[in-house]
Amino acid sequence: MATLRLGKGAERRSAGGRPSLATRIWRDRWMYAFILPGFIYFIVFVYVPFLFNIIAWKDYSIFQGVRASPWVGWENFERLLTDQDFHRALTNTIQIEALQLIFAFPAPLALALLLHSIISDRVKRGVQSIVYLPHFLSWVIVIALWQQTFGGAGFINQLLANQGFDRINIMGNPDFFKPLVVLQSIWKEIGWGTIIFLAALTRIDTQLYEAAVIDGANGRRRLLDVTLPGIMGIIILLLILRMGSMFSTGFEQYFLQRNAVGPEAAEVIDTYVYYSAFQGGDWSFSATVGLVRGAVAAIMILGANWLARKITGEGLF
Amino acid sequence: MATAQENTRPGTAVGPLVVPTPTGKRRRRSSARPIWMEEPGPLMKAAKFLALAFITIIMLFPLVYVVAVSFSSAKDVLGGGLILFPRNPTLESYEAVLRGGVVSRALIVSVLVTLIGTAAQMVFTTTLAYGLSRPTVWGSKVVLFVVLGALIFYPGLLPMYLLVKELGMLNTYQSLIIPGLISAWNLIIVRNFFMNIPQELTDAARIDGASDPQVFFRIMLPLSKAVLAVIALFYGVGLWNAWFNAFLYLSDNTMWPIQNVLRTYVTQGISVAAAESFAPGQAPPPAQSIQMAVVVLGTLPILLVYPFLQRYFTKGVLTGSIKG
Repeated sequence: MATLRLGKGAERRSAGGRPSLATRIWRDRWMYAFILPGFIYFIVFVYVPFLFNIIAWKDYSIFQGVRASPWVGWENFERLLTDQDFHRALTNTIQIEALQLIFAFPAPLALALLLHSIISDRVKRGVQSIVYLPHFLSWVIVIALWQQTFGGAGFINQLLANQGFDRINIMGNPDFFKPLVVLQSIWKEIGWGTIIFLAALTRIDTQLYEAAVIDGANGRRRLLDVTLPGIMGIIILLLILRMGSMFSTGFEQYFLQRNAVGPEAAEVIDTYVYYSAFQGGDWSFSATVGLVRGAVAAIMILGANWLARKITGEGLF
Repeated sequence: MATAQENTRPGTAVGPLVVPTPTGKRRRRSSARPIWMEEPGPLMKAAKFLALAFITIIMLFPLVYVVAVSFSSAKDVLGGGLILFPRNPTLESYEAVLRGGVVSRALIVSVLVTLIGTAAQMVFTTTLAYGLSRPTVWGSKVVLFVVLGALIFYPGLLPMYLLVKELGMLNTYQSLIIPGLISAWNLIIVRNFFMNIPQELTDAARIDGASDPQVFFRIMLPLSKAVLAVIALFYGVGLWNAWFNAFLYLSDNTMWPIQNVLRTYVTQGISVAAAESFAPGQAPPPAQSIQMAVVVLGTLPILLVYPFLQRYFTKGVLTGSIKG
């Protein structure tokens, strides 16, 4: 069940005496050749970059370079407590993520339940094929499609203008930003979640339904007593994992639309890190924010995984 | 090697698949209502129908609209009427952007980065997955933990940028491929698949004197074609859709792939018409149609592979990414 199967198959050569380490290494020399390039990749591109986080304790200037920039101790970390822009980004992140969790998370569950109640296999599969498609489109394409539909010169506004109404600026209005990104997330990812939930729904033993009907359960009771308990495990698992990845998702989506509505409504932690470094020149503080965000994300992923394992008996690792 | 080859016949049983792809045996589910389920009332039926129709339209509408505009003539677009299908279909916009300007170059960049990148990713993913597929190799467990760390730790945007800069990869196409060369998820899926290939096959090959590379090329890869196809599609879609690395690492925007060009011209409202050269003495196609043509071109490869993506993933999504 677990993703990893460490040590399994280790028994394969247990017969006879264990060869010496040198012999084993020489025997598997080709395996090391297979491992080496990928291993180097992970070291260089996942672990070595952490070294650059040292600029969080420095006053880094891109002209001086990492080594020559002066040390400043924990100054940047202290600034985390007082910096207004960072706090705004943090607030926006938490608000958007909360909205995503409340609205975007249950949406595929609702669609899956609806599709599950449809008898016709053809309708079921047809709808799935359609709702699943946007999952594979890039955020650039998705935003472009939305802009053409809801944007200033888009379809909706054309329609309004033709009917003699005023145009409304949906994509560029800071007040609409948060609900808008939630709707976009639903539009793009509802199919993905629906397929996961549907797979879980079809795995419920139909005998349970038959037994429930014999006991006189109506549709609502069957939903509450058979269907939902039957998929509760996967709901909890996905919910916890979603919470674990709270600070790691949505960057491209928010980044692409940040300038259209301005930072007041759209600045989240990840976009803040980018803009305050590349446009504000505030590299060291940005790196500090990024470092803390990475640490929080890692803790949340590990914590969520631990929780999922504890509650459902399954985790990602 | 005779034994090995005999055993690599198609259809050789290969453990529980990580990404099960029952392409051949589509289960025929009956579309009949189970006897215990009551027939919903007409109101309920209508509500369900409306809900599904609404969802389908919402999902499809933007795509249909964009395709329609991209094929529309100047007269229809500038006339201000609503376009749901091109009344006077024309390829003007496509001709304009494919004539060899910014968009054409970006498309070529995207195609090449996607093809070369996917190939490189597959090589490095499969080799590492094979190297880690035999737990008896001394030290492989440590390497595996190093790989898994990538699922948990993200060094951050600025450190990645500084690394790429230090490595001298800014403004090179390598920077679009190498920083994301191996996905730890894909690696684990491939490794699990390799580990599920029956021991007897590899043992038999070894008895016949096959070396580890020979086992890899003659047994592992041929037996994993299906899962490798899925992973390659995954990687390919990812590379085609990627834009942020190019945005971050390529300051020279003549090097940009199509997604970045799309971002500049469509979502930032900068006119693509200004950047393209048009046939002299001819009115250029409307800016909106040109933009839509770029959107369609940026989406097309995904639409082309979508049937495969869907077939492989509808079943494999859960078992592949969550369990394994």
